[in-house]
Amino acid sequence: MSTAVLTAAETAGSTEPTDATRGLVEITKVRKSFGATEVLKGITLTVEPGGVAVIVGPSGSGKSTLLRTINHLEKVDAGFIAIDGTLVGYEVRGHRLHELREKEILKQRTEIGMVFQNFNLFPHLTALENVTEAPVVAPRAGKARLSKAEARARGLELLDRVGLKDRAGAYPRQLSGGQQQRVAIARALALDPKILLFDEPTSALDPELVNEVLDVIRELAKSGTTLIIVTHEMGFARDVADTVVFMDQGQIVEQGTPQEIFTNPREERTRSFFSKVIEPAFNI
Amino acid sequence: MSSTATPVAQSAPEPASPGAGTVHGTAPATTTGTASPGTASPVPAGRKAATDYADYRLVPARHPWRWVGTAVVGLGVAGIAWSLATNPRWEWGVVAQWFTAQSIVNGLLETLKLTAISGALGFILGFILALMRLSASPLLVSVSWTFSWIFRSTPLLVQMLLWYNLGYLYAKVSLGLPFTDVRFFEAQTTTLISQFAAAVLGLTLNQAAYSAEIIRGGILSVDQGQLEAAAALGIPAWRRSTRIVLPQAMRAILPTAFNEVIGLVKGTSIVYVLAYSELFYTVQVIYNRTQQVLPLLLVATLWYVVITSVLSVFQYYIERHYSKGAVRTLPLTPLQKARKFLATHAPVTREPTQERGTR
Repeated sequence: MSTAVLTAAETAGSTEPTDATRGLVEITKVRKSFGATEVLKGITLTVEPGGVAVIVGPSGSGKSTLLRTINHLEKVDAGFIAIDGTLVGYEVRGHRLHELREKEILKQRTEIGMVFQNFNLFPHLTALENVTEAPVVAPRAGKARLSKAEARARGLELLDRVGLKDRAGAYPRQLSGGQQQRVAIARALALDPKILLFDEPTSALDPELVNEVLDVIRELAKSGTTLIIVTHEMGFARDVADTVVFMDQGQIVEQGTPQEIFTNPREERTRSFFSKVIEPAFNI
Repeated sequence: MSSTATPVAQSAPEPASPGAGTVHGTAPATTTGTASPGTASPVPAGRKAATDYADYRLVPARHPWRWVGTAVVGLGVAGIAWSLATNPRWEWGVVAQWFTAQSIVNGLLETLKLTAISGALGFILGFILALMRLSASPLLVSVSWTFSWIFRSTPLLVQMLLWYNLGYLYAKVSLGLPFTDVRFFEAQTTTLISQFAAAVLGLTLNQAAYSAEIIRGGILSVDQGQLEAAAALGIPAWRRSTRIVLPQAMRAILPTAFNEVIGLVKGTSIVYVLAYSELFYTVQVIYNRTQQVLPLLLVATLWYVVITSVLSVFQYYIERHYSKGAVRTLPLTPLQKARKFLATHAPVTREPTQERGTR
């Protein structure tokens, strides 16, 4: 069974587009409240397999919350989210939705990688240990767990891919912010996910470190993995996205190609938002 | 002292500094004192050229008051040491005579046994209580809270006496199904609760109440993002606690936990009320017979100091282990420092001393 794992790993490692039915995300009428405030007010959004959706909007518009509902870190109050037609966090039995048990949810999450604003690397583990931890212990849907040796080989390969093979033994605090975020991306890739979620991956970085992270994400955009990215880097968004989604106050105001949204927005709210944030970043 | 520092100009031109020559380039030999900058360098008039201070001698700042303070404290320490050594009433001979006596060593072993058993059981129970307190079930939370509340608010002495006299409250102890006649196990309380059992029970439960709070504090100190990241990676719950949260919590837990263990070592002396022959009780028995009260208390004290010192060494290395990744480079251990000192100060061999020992 180890050969099956290796081939799967190798397909993801190469840059040619993978199976086209992989990584379809359907979000339907999702609502979510924290106390009295409703942060998501009925979001409906589809991201095609291998697509790159970039979500932009003012802070507090619900972008991050939406991202976190996709891997069930936040439970939705209403609506549902499906990945390749399978509901996230629930199971359909007859005419009922059964809440999944922890183990099943973990299995689903291994197909959805996530990269956080604050990296959230495990500080007491080395870069390589951060990357190899999950593939060895996480329950995976239809795949065997990796042995320690396999995970190590795969981990080194991934660190090489993000340009950090020579820092494999370093602890996160010995790395720069940009390097930490690249390790975090390698860690998310280690489970060979169908979908990658990026929650403001460059917001905690010094300006000169932003590009090294964005370059890695650009590479991933070509690899056929579905990417959903929340970011404030408008130049990057225009460059990498096939769909740009503008959110405000818990709703999707409009979505379309970067061309449509950035140069010719239909809605007044979109226009006024971009007029405030875009000028310097747009000269690319 | 100041006389050694003034002749900068004389000590400077020694050819010990090749770097200075390369920087100046044009005037290698003329770097004598303050006269050098204006001579050769092509600098516009009115502006002085930057002086290269590389070959100047550094004079450290002086701290006279530090020396005064050191002298005063040094005198005080010497005075205390002198009185300890010369005052015959300390009776060091008696101390030495009893220090390794069989009965004292037996008492010491009992103390260590009590500490180890109630320390281990106390922290295990404390860990369970901490998890209960952090759980989502209101019943588990309130039971854990009540446990800590009761055992932290009653004196340990009272708890001890209560456990030892449990037979007065409940003549029999039995294990069975509540509200039925089914019994798996039944015994007389007085035969079950020996002095040892009462001591362990009292110390353990008391220790658990305190360590529960320490462990809970440690777990809470770990950033929520760590748990989120682990959950997002699909790492199972048990593994999340043991591999991700606990190792990071240990940094906050360890210093206070060692405080507790050291407190427990000395806290075991309270079981003398049960006439349990640990170190302190043994010492009391002896001095009641020989009337050498102070020297024998000194014997006990010295042993407590020894135990605490050994524990402190353990603490240092365990804390160092868990600070992996929390500091950019681990500080050298005393042993490594000594080795480095010897390596850099030994006149014989001058091998490059790489700091490879940071693991």
